[in-house]
Amino acid sequence: MPDNTLMAADAASSSVCREFTVLELRRTGPESGSPAHSPVGPDQSHWLLDLDLPAGFPGDAGWTPGQFVMLRPVSWSLELLWARPFSICMLENGILRLFFQVVGRGTRAMSALRPGDRVVAWGPLGQGFALEPETPTLLLAGGIGLAPFIGYARRHPQPETLRLFFGHRPEVAEYPLDLLPQEMPIEASRQTCAEELACFVDDLERRIKEYAARQGLILACGPHPFLRAVQGLAMKHRARTQLSLENRMACGVGACLGCVTETTNQTLPVKVCTQGPVFWAEDVHLGGEA
Amino acid sequence: MNLAVEMAGLRLKNPVLTASGTFGYGVEFAAYGDLTALGGIVVKGLSWEPRKGNPMPRVAETPCGMLNAIGLQNIGVHRFVEEKLPLLPWAEVPVIANLYACDVTDFARLGEYLAEQEGVAALEVNISCPNVQAGGILFGQDPEQAARVTRAVKDRAGTKPVIVKLSPNVTDITTVAKAAADGGADILALINTLSGMAVDVRSRRPRLANVIGGLSGPAIKPVGLRCVYQVSRAVDLPIIGLGGIASAEDVLEYILVGAWAVQIGTANFLRPDMAFRIAADLPGLLDELGVTSWGEFRGALRA
Repeated sequence: MPDNTLMAADAASSSVCREFTVLELRRTGPESGSPAHSPVGPDQSHWLLDLDLPAGFPGDAGWTPGQFVMLRPVSWSLELLWARPFSICMLENGILRLFFQVVGRGTRAMSALRPGDRVVAWGPLGQGFALEPETPTLLLAGGIGLAPFIGYARRHPQPETLRLFFGHRPEVAEYPLDLLPQEMPIEASRQTCAEELACFVDDLERRIKEYAARQGLILACGPHPFLRAVQGLAMKHRARTQLSLENRMACGVGACLGCVTETTNQTLPVKVCTQGPVFWAEDVHLGGEA
Repeated sequence: MNLAVEMAGLRLKNPVLTASGTFGYGVEFAAYGDLTALGGIVVKGLSWEPRKGNPMPRVAETPCGMLNAIGLQNIGVHRFVEEKLPLLPWAEVPVIANLYACDVTDFARLGEYLAEQEGVAALEVNISCPNVQAGGILFGQDPEQAARVTRAVKDRAGTKPVIVKLSPNVTDITTVAKAAADGGADILALINTLSGMAVDVRSRRPRLANVIGGLSGPAIKPVGLRCVYQVSRAVDLPIIGLGGIASAEDVLEYILVGAWAVQIGTANFLRPDMAFRIAADLPGLLDELGVTSWGEFRGALRA
């Protein structure tokens, strides 16, 4: 990405801060399954949260897939301070839907929300994914990294030209793949041990190589090690690839400078919240931190 | 009541300012409220040259607070003046430049350059950042150095008020406050962050790459109140209080212990319209409490 694109992305956004009402919160995956069934440990459940879109919040056309919102339940005490960032999974028909995984104190508290509860959210934030209707596009999702691709595929004018390759550790039933357009081919691959992970990376390389040869577009979202692997393979095969980064952030609006990442063409680290979260793979240094 | 505050020539329409490092260059928050409804905007700390700051991770959430070790990443004073300052409504709301340098000479030239800018209403001298190797808190912990830095900036600041921001990471904050006053400070701002750390027992690593960072947020409000209380009794200068303010009631706590104005810091991260909401909530709370003037309320703690 050229230097000036990153700079332009830092301009003030058109996002707003509003109070939303929780319409529904439901756990995905097997209803009776104990969280202990997950090979990644207990209490890593997955949830779909539907919020009623308040007046003044950008609607269906006012966002780009890959953008995110910051969310903080009104009922939170000062013990939990920050809002949490979530990719916009869907924003349709007056409903903002988020797909999240319980990973820490904040998301655990969020999984206790009830219909009628109020949450403060601001957004849509950041820069979303490129959308090139005529270009064969490969979506690479790792686990909860599936979330933005649901919106991406649903908004895409020709979802049949998309292909999703999805790596996951919990059971596939934890993920709302039914929200994806039926025309889009999906390949899911579960990794529960090092051997399966090695096979997955081989598969990843084969697909990246194929799309590089077709002059395709590759979009990836998922855990840091997954993105590092995708970045390395994309560089190796000179594939046009965008990565959606997820960093710890306090404000989401470019003020705290807690979420920055180093880039190849900027002197100063760039802000993942406003200049990302989506970056071209060749532009960012992902570093060694998971 | 009239919410306006005037101190050392700095006119605020209300006592609610934003704290440096938590409000970007101001423009980031323009979408979330009317910047001119604030008493003032203190922008991200500025150095002469751009600074990259510290390695990641450099923020961590802690109970009722957060740790940061940003390390003063900023775009440098020239880019601020050229690109950001013109976007701020500085004719209607005072814009206060927070400045940082590694030595006294640099502090002086930075202060002079910023004081020459029409859109800068006052200078806030940061001698209390715990996250930088050179300068920073070292100036704020040594009364003699604090006085020297203050004097160097004051001598070059012309008519612009000089605010000196103090650190709580000292044995006796009144000693440094007196030194800053001796150096010519017009206003004192306190407190900056408390030095702290957080640890992850699973990885056995500190949560910040820098290991140690600055603690802010509601967790530090009692310390902030104590410091303002002590300094207001020791030094005859207006004080801007900060540390953990997240409501209009918190603002009045600081005013009661002696502050003239306050800065909203970490609470800006709870929601980006927080400072605007606190400023809007103040008149109602003052009415409810029957307060009719700042003079009657300021420092009126019944201790």
